[in-house]
Amino acid sequence: MLSDPEDLSALMRAARKGDDEAYRRLLLCVAAWLRAVASRGLVAAGRPNADCEDIVQETLLAMHLKRDTWDEMQPLQPWLRAIARHKLVDHLRRRGFTDHVDIDDHTDTLAAPAAAEEGSALDARQMLGSLPERQRRIVEGISIEGQSARDVGVRMGMSEGAVRVTLHRALRALSDAYRKGRT
Amino acid sequence: MKTEQLVTSLVADRARATAPLGRSVGSAVVAGALVSLVIFAIELGPRVDLAAAFATWRFDLKLALVLAALMAASGACVAMARPVATVRWRWGVLPVLLVAAAALGTELAVLPAREWEKNLVGSNALFCLTTIPLLALAPLAVLLLALRRAAPASPALAGAAAGGLAAAAAAAIYAFHCFDDSPLFVLTWYPLAAIPVIVAGTVVGHRLLRW
Repeated sequence: MLSDPEDLSALMRAARKGDDEAYRRLLLCVAAWLRAVASRGLVAAGRPNADCEDIVQETLLAMHLKRDTWDEMQPLQPWLRAIARHKLVDHLRRRGFTDHVDIDDHTDTLAAPAAAEEGSALDARQMLGSLPERQRRIVEGISIEGQSARDVGVRMGMSEGAVRVTLHRALRALSDAYRKGRT
Repeated sequence: MKTEQLVTSLVADRARATAPLGRSVGSAVVAGALVSLVIFAIELGPRVDLAAAFATWRFDLKLALVLAALMAASGACVAMARPVATVRWRWGVLPVLLVAAAALGTELAVLPAREWEKNLVGSNALFCLTTIPLLALAPLAVLLLALRRAAPASPALAGAAAGGLAAAAAAAIYAFHCFDDSPLFVLTWYPLAAIPVIVAGTVVGHRLLRW
């Protein structure tokens, strides 16, 4: 996990060229790694593990929305770690935890496979509820009902392009909500 | 929503990467500088002896200096906009230092010591100190907005770098108006004029560029 430098960078490069399957594999792989990192970070900070999946999702959103800032000449891992550290520190700081957090302490000690995701995060559902109606229905249609952008468009009387534009706005709004919305 | 479900939405969001970071920073500077150029054309205009000035080494070195500063600041700004700090941009500072040293050395060698102070003070230092920050306003604003899409390791440092870049762009425009070509003047007042822009970039960046 996060041990083969060629692999993840290659996946991201393929994703940039439009390979959706590569991008999905990359995101799932990163999500599993993030889960372990966030879980250990929360333990180290003495926080309940319930927030774990929120951190994973917030970090995935940031990674997705900021993927232009990865320099293809550099390996992907340091970039991923920097984003994960930033989001973990940010999350803990919002909860009044100001000590130094160093995720590099934890990243190389992932011997066991990461724990499976524990149900759906409650806050993530509240986050979806905070989206405008149209954005929420599109995210639900694609994410939860597993429809294609085209199918969602047909159902909602929108073009596929309009669905994608709205989806992108929804993801930005979700990311902002994660960042600002909570105590 | 499960994480796997979120991933489905992320994959479906095929908003193609709009532009590499370097290009968005570049176009932001150009867009901002165009606004400043209009202000320059209306309010200042190029110096009347521009054609003759090109034939002097002082003016040419002044241009070389602001252009080198522009390149260096661009590299720093792009580097600071990334979540992982890199140091490659520091090489861009080298040409600035080399041109500055060459210009200063030549000036001190050819100019009698009693002329130094007069050249250092120049004819319109105060005007330079106010005009460069004013011309930097538009590039700074466009740059900071463009950098909101970035993920800087330090928002304050990214703002500072944006300020430096905006000041360099403003200086490159102002250089065509300013009569003071002595390296003694340029190396003193141009950097001083950049300070308020860098401070403004730092303060705004610290708040605006959080992610």
